[in-house]
Amino acid sequence: MDYLLTEEQIMIRDLARQIAREKIRPVAAEYDVEGKFPWDIVKILADSDLCGIYIEEKYGGTGGGVIELVLATEELSKACGGISLAVAATALGTFPIILFGTEEQKQKYLPDIAKGKKLAAFALTEAGAGSDAAAIATTAEKKGDYYVLNGTKQWITNGGEAEVYTVIASVDRSKGARGAAAFIVEKGTPGFEFGKKEDKMGIRASATRELVFTDCKVPKKNLLGKEGMGFIVAMKTFDQSRPGVAAQALGIAQGALDLTVEYVKERKQFGKSISSFQGVQFMLADMATEIEAARALIYAIARMIDSGAKKISRDSAMAKLFASDMAMKVTTDCVQLFGGYGYMRDYPIEKYMRDAKITQIYEGTNQIQRGVIASSLIKESAT
Amino acid sequence: MNIIVCIKQVPDTVDVRIDPETNTLVRVGVACIINPFDMYAIEEGLRLKDKFGGKVTVITMGPPQADEALREAISLGADEAILVSDRAFAGSDTWATSYTLARAMHKIADYDLIICGKQAIDGDTAQVGPGISAHLEIPQITYVKKIEELNLHSAKGIAHSVIRAERMTEEGFEIIESPLPCLITVVKEINEPRLPSLKGKMRAKKAEIKKWEAKDLDVDPALIGLNGSPTKVVKIFTPPPRKGGQILRGEAKEVASKLVELLKNEVI
Repeated sequence: MDYLLTEEQIMIRDLARQIAREKIRPVAAEYDVEGKFPWDIVKILADSDLCGIYIEEKYGGTGGGVIELVLATEELSKACGGISLAVAATALGTFPIILFGTEEQKQKYLPDIAKGKKLAAFALTEAGAGSDAAAIATTAEKKGDYYVLNGTKQWITNGGEAEVYTVIASVDRSKGARGAAAFIVEKGTPGFEFGKKEDKMGIRASATRELVFTDCKVPKKNLLGKEGMGFIVAMKTFDQSRPGVAAQALGIAQGALDLTVEYVKERKQFGKSISSFQGVQFMLADMATEIEAARALIYAIARMIDSGAKKISRDSAMAKLFASDMAMKVTTDCVQLFGGYGYMRDYPIEKYMRDAKITQIYEGTNQIQRGVIASSLIKESAT
Repeated sequence: MNIIVCIKQVPDTVDVRIDPETNTLVRVGVACIINPFDMYAIEEGLRLKDKFGGKVTVITMGPPQADEALREAISLGADEAILVSDRAFAGSDTWATSYTLARAMHKIADYDLIICGKQAIDGDTAQVGPGISAHLEIPQITYVKKIEELNLHSAKGIAHSVIRAERMTEEGFEIIESPLPCLITVVKEINEPRLPSLKGKMRAKKAEIKKWEAKDLDVDPALIGLNGSPTKVVKIFTPPPRKGGQILRGEAKEVASKLVELLKNEVI
């Protein structure tokens, strides 16, 4: 389908596709098995100017927005949904600065991120606060020119590898969600340490760690927005970033289908290629159709966000929900079409199924997405 | 330091076919790429520019669509591009091509180093690079796998600048030192070509490609194109596929004597 992309968007897509094909695909299995962080790929993406495609030109980016990030994430995820996350999770950590940062904060942090010299991360989740984000126990106590952070963040993507962290902590626990604030915390700040690297089912090239704050003094000027705005920062950030997760799911699904189409043409049973069987053909047709529907939804929403639309929570949630459920279904069916080979780690297809699963869980589980969509429906019907 | 990199646009080897009627390459509908060996030449030029400053000019002789190859070189980081293109150049063999390109170099005038890929994957002659250096009467180092040292003399135009390069041979390698300006051809062992950048691609889109025709170059009309080409192609054909070999099985002693017999009777 022709999505009427601009010349520059086509360049971004083609460049990301070339990097995925030439540089990521050959090493994806190795990163998956070893679980090492893809710094050499990050370097290639940085040299190709793909780290700053959603950052304004005056801060060293190329001035695109969510649609550009979506296009690149989709292409990179076709080759590896874990490696693509290094850049996609950096966007998640960077959106709070883009959306709520002061000019000084933007000048300080965005150029290095745009150039790919530094990665970023976003830290909200804790052991006892996942979907119930208001239950966060990490505290930020104001003392003179500093906030003193104490607490532990869990399952933070890019944890330990990123230099710049957006951390949500409570300045007043008695106020619940209204007592939260967002801070920029730099790696190396005394009292800021990392827990062990998690051993995950999928997206194994991505680093997931605990962030441990022990009397960590963060300068007052690193507060994003105002005290009490922590949840607004988090929610507005997710509104921007969910199409990116959706694009990751889309790329994983498309990458799996591409491999599957190649496979079913070659695989012979009953003396014929299995692609000649209608049962197989119908599965392929359904997968291709669902992938295209997800793509159309994601691109439409990404463009809507870039146009400056204000009410985007519902649509952004729909894109993430639809694309990630689709990716799980498609990758499961792809493994099915590979048959016994599909279950074997010698073949690349099972990795896509493992990588797809997380997209239904993180940046708000799909149950939370349904909640967002439903509450917007009910609210709107009341007026 | 001013570097000229010569490139050629070639059909992508993945799907090269020969028309059995005309015995020529089927070019219709075949994707074109920069000759892979020239990608190493571009990369080496860019690395030298990164180290010593100056500029990289890419040049190609070919049909108008070779413009695309030049733009790709710009997206990788080349500063300027020249397309040498004229109906009068059609049918040039390696002699006429290297003569024409040498005239273009002569027009550029201000260069320290010319870099070519070791050969093009379509013609496979490896003659154009050395041919250019012969026409220009400058030294050449072919099959370079490493530039060991490059010293640029500060006073421009004085031939004290020197290049020392490792050159691959079938037995091993040689180290050759030469004054600049000099022409080198490079092998794939020399580097790993970079990918384009987004900003490079945007620049390439807008870049102005200089187009030089026969009238722009000081060329002798008798020495260009088909008329200027001493090579006459009599026939091009696809060789028949090799027949399968024969595998002898059994005890070593038995097999050995059978082999000797076969060699005696059928081969020698």
